[in-house]
Amino acid sequence: MELAFFYLFAAGIVGASLLMVTRANVIHAALLLVLAFLFMAGLFVLAGAEFLAGVQILIYAGGIMVLYLFSIMLMNVGVAVRLRQWHRQSVLALAAAVLLGAEVWAVLGRGGYPGAKAWGWGLGQTPGNVEALGEVLYTKFLFPFEVASILLLAAMIGAIVLAKREITR
Amino acid sequence: MAEILGAFFRDYQSINSYVPIFIFTLVAFGFAGVTLVVALLVRPHRPDPAKLSPYECGIPPLMEAHERFSIRFYLLGILFLLFDVEAVFLFPWAVRYDYLGLFGFIEMMLFIAILLVGYFYAWRKEALEWA
Repeated sequence: MELAFFYLFAAGIVGASLLMVTRANVIHAALLLVLAFLFMAGLFVLAGAEFLAGVQILIYAGGIMVLYLFSIMLMNVGVAVRLRQWHRQSVLALAAAVLLGAEVWAVLGRGGYPGAKAWGWGLGQTPGNVEALGEVLYTKFLFPFEVASILLLAAMIGAIVLAKREITR
Repeated sequence: MAEILGAFFRDYQSINSYVPIFIFTLVAFGFAGVTLVVALLVRPHRPDPAKLSPYECGIPPLMEAHERFSIRFYLLGILFLLFDVEAVFLFPWAVRYDYLGLFGFIEMMLFIAILLVGYFYAWRKEALEWA
């Protein structure tokens, strides 16, 4: 049953991604990327990574896509990109895709990702991913967690300083 | 390959709580899809230039609707993304609040306080203002 869902989501990702890279309109491509992200979230849920699924939807499909769409609209690529869809990178891209696929196949064929066995619990028996993360993140990884807030603060101030100078000039 | 993936997803109990979400998503997409397809099949299709213009009985459009967005959206987008990330950190804390107790509370208040500095900085620098 889970396998059927896996194939469903995997087919969704592949289909949405194929549609995405073949669209002439970049806005459509961006929206198809959202669809691919949603299917990916479904895949994360199947793998027991609920938190990752939530992050996928909140941050990627929500936050990152806002920036993507914004940069598309800022550059006004609508006309320019529509003219020339096929550039000469296709051979290189195909080679990279085949290489990556072979790599993934080799790792999976050897019995899964070796790092997966290093975790305290096996895959498929995770006791509620979000709860487990909450227990570890706010006790054992307290310091990195607080440092993350400093990092966010730095990003915020940096963005304001850069963009404000741009606007007032 | 199939065995590995099968082992990957076997015996996962709490996945069942996602079945309603899946059905809900199916119904939502299905509703939109069926409505569009049925409308496409039933409606008459007799276009003419006036009908296809953006405003059939208004002034003719002066330029394309695709306009370059203002750089100001960049700031709002970045700030949204950063507070989005902050909100994500709240979820694991909220579900294990009983376990973390006062310690976790103070910790999270510190986290939020540091980010509030950024918020007040943005406010002070009028990054949230449009003009």
